[in-house]
Amino acid sequence: MGVDVSLLDGVLPKDQIISDPRELRTYECDGLARYRVTPALVALPRTTEETARVVKACAGAGVPFVARGSGTGLSGGALPHADGVLIVMATMREILELAIEDERAVVQPGVINLQVTREATSHGYYYAPDPSSQQICSIGGNVAENSGGAHCLKYGFTTNHVTGLEVVTPDGEIVRLGGKAMDPPGYDLIGAFVGSEGTLGIATEVTVRLTRLPEAVRTVLAAFHTTDAAGAAVSAIIGAGIVPAAIEMMDALAIEAAEAAVQCGYPLGAGAVLIVELDGPAELVEEQLAQVHRLLGEAFEVREAADDAERALFWKGRKSAFAAVGRISPDYIVQDGVIPRTALPEVLRRIASLGEEHGIRVANVFHAGDGNLHPLVLFDDSVEGAAERAEVVSGAILDLCLEHGGSITGEHGVGVDKSKYMPRMFTDEDLDTMQLVRCAFDPLGLSNPGKVFPTPRLCGEVPGRHRGRQEIPEVQVF
Amino acid sequence: MRVVAPGSTQEAAALLGEAAENKQTVTIRGQGTKQDWGVPPPPAELVVETRNLMGIVEHAASDLVVVVRAGTLLRNLQQELSLARQQLALDETVPGASVGGIVAANTSGPRRLGYGTVRDLLIGVTIVRPDGVVARAGGKVVKNVAGYDLCKLFTGSVGTLGLITECAFRLHPIARHRVFVSGRAPAATAMEVDAPGGEVVSLLERAHQGGRETAPLWWGRYPWEPGGVGVKLTCALSKVDRIVAEARPPLTIRGSAGTGVLYAGLPGSVEPEEAAQAVSRLRVAAHEAGGHAVVVTAPAAVRELIDMWGPVPGLDIMRRIKALFDPDARFAPGTFVGGI
Repeated sequence: MGVDVSLLDGVLPKDQIISDPRELRTYECDGLARYRVTPALVALPRTTEETARVVKACAGAGVPFVARGSGTGLSGGALPHADGVLIVMATMREILELAIEDERAVVQPGVINLQVTREATSHGYYYAPDPSSQQICSIGGNVAENSGGAHCLKYGFTTNHVTGLEVVTPDGEIVRLGGKAMDPPGYDLIGAFVGSEGTLGIATEVTVRLTRLPEAVRTVLAAFHTTDAAGAAVSAIIGAGIVPAAIEMMDALAIEAAEAAVQCGYPLGAGAVLIVELDGPAELVEEQLAQVHRLLGEAFEVREAADDAERALFWKGRKSAFAAVGRISPDYIVQDGVIPRTALPEVLRRIASLGEEHGIRVANVFHAGDGNLHPLVLFDDSVEGAAERAEVVSGAILDLCLEHGGSITGEHGVGVDKSKYMPRMFTDEDLDTMQLVRCAFDPLGLSNPGKVFPTPRLCGEVPGRHRGRQEIPEVQVF
Repeated sequence: MRVVAPGSTQEAAALLGEAAENKQTVTIRGQGTKQDWGVPPPPAELVVETRNLMGIVEHAASDLVVVVRAGTLLRNLQQELSLARQQLALDETVPGASVGGIVAANTSGPRRLGYGTVRDLLIGVTIVRPDGVVARAGGKVVKNVAGYDLCKLFTGSVGTLGLITECAFRLHPIARHRVFVSGRAPAATAMEVDAPGGEVVSLLERAHQGGRETAPLWWGRYPWEPGGVGVKLTCALSKVDRIVAEARPPLTIRGSAGTGVLYAGLPGSVEPEEAAQAVSRLRVAAHEAGGHAVVVTAPAAVRELIDMWGPVPGLDIMRRIKALFDPDARFAPGTFVGGI
């Protein structure tokens, strides 16, 4: 199946269509560069109406389409379709309204996450979901992936902060859902759409909640000899009835990488560090801070950030950890899985022995408060078989998460990378039920096909019967 | 009419599978505390009650997660959780309601300001589809983005998409401090208004000098009596005062001033025409304020004169969802938005 390169002629101005093969190549992957597909066409709409026209043209011709924000996703959710149109939303990047009294911002999908906070801060507000890529990732992408971040332990994910959406549905219609008010009548379509990874349509406008800046923020860095001791401290803090804004953990290998990259100056010889951040009303924060100090008993060093600069330094090591691992390993896989917090020590031991068994080093960075692991599986692609062994370890880590009642992804999404693991977490019936929702939005299956689900059901098919595994054509895997 | 009360998800699946084969109409009932809400369904051939789906499946206290069967009473669940100084941060807005009923009706009370609503706390769900197939979505961990979030789809679906048999919730510790203060207060867990009168009271879960230990009598109570008219009003936050200004005897307005979700009530003694006019007025006001006015409950004579929901954006998609889950429209037909 080929795509008529004139598909979008007259649909968009010529300078908003890319069909030159070399230029198309620049869109071949998102943040997960292991998968690459050159799209047939790239569209750069500047308005909702243009987006709808592009989608309508695709629907009319039976051509698949994939929406892309900043392209920072880590599961290949915005991987193009070889016979499809990649719709790049990055040019729609205006904050349309900052409604402080309503505690809302209305933004276009290409707006950068951190920009919302920057605009709101002088009014005493911020946008709470803070993925580590917040300096470059887009709100539209956040909506697609239901992005989280270090502070979602207390404040929730994107889905808890979106109250309104304008959506171009897969048939090219424009639908407005919700708005500045809460609880729109009928089924919670916003709830279904957020986190659907581009398979239910394209968000063209997003209304998000703004959160009042906390009265006080206190950040503590604690160094432990072992991850077990750090894990026990996490459980003790949560068990004491404290909900910190964030609790982050890094193990020795992750610390080593961060030191090499950004010289964050964490305590020497630490087997694990915890960053614990408390925020809220000043006197409550002080009360909890005293409690946290008591509960960090086993730490051999505890530092309290004296000012914003020191707080930023604590976070610098953590937020740069993924990229920093590049300093200690030529290649690595960023894994994303979730376990119940109490299983942390056990799972970390199992990850370590998995690594030993396969001769693969694993650095651990994670949102310890909610059990969201980000094991970094290190390998050297120039060593024969290393990539395969790393892949085995990475997959086994997901099995570990499932074995402990967790999830195969906490925030990076399923995308193209993890669709094969979905049947390990869900039964055919579960996946089939999700497909009912897909068919309600996208009966032709044109919106980001081949993502999330391993064996999509043809809409209208009798439930329970599946066609064979759908391969995405022409995917190059690196 | 046959009334059944399955004791497990599997038993419910068998019963609903059988009903599907016989193309029977089905109504689901929890504790029956909200039978006068919405549009009553036509008499069903099969009534499925959740009263035997009772009790906690798992309380992972250290993980702040509970898995509970849908028929469990919220108050019994809270009692159990309080032994670990934990809570499911949902209010019992209708006394004696079951957990499944609260999810299906998506009720919320004062604490929504501080903790959110069902959609923010429900992390996993087990359902039986109208065709008798059991499906799960979400899981037992708070952070999870694998697959579509069917928890949210079933929240507020009032029994039109299938039966909820089990729910997993995120829990919160019970706050060490609790004090009610007059007026609006920063970092409040709840901020409620009662009008006419316009009294505003905030709940603080922090150390605070002064204030009172107990809530005012109207706190967390819907402003209508059985047989009266109840309307849920939503608005942009800056427009709360404008909605509250609509309260003139005999119309009362009460609710969450901190989130823009309010409720209006009229006594059942008000003439149906007058009640219908009041609904229209409230609908105009809510729309001008960026929200909706949805009639929660009304006597039949009033329902005949009004549209319960007003405009429903996305209705076409909702109809397609219903048609795919329940192609023969057997589950509580005609009771939801747009005749779903």
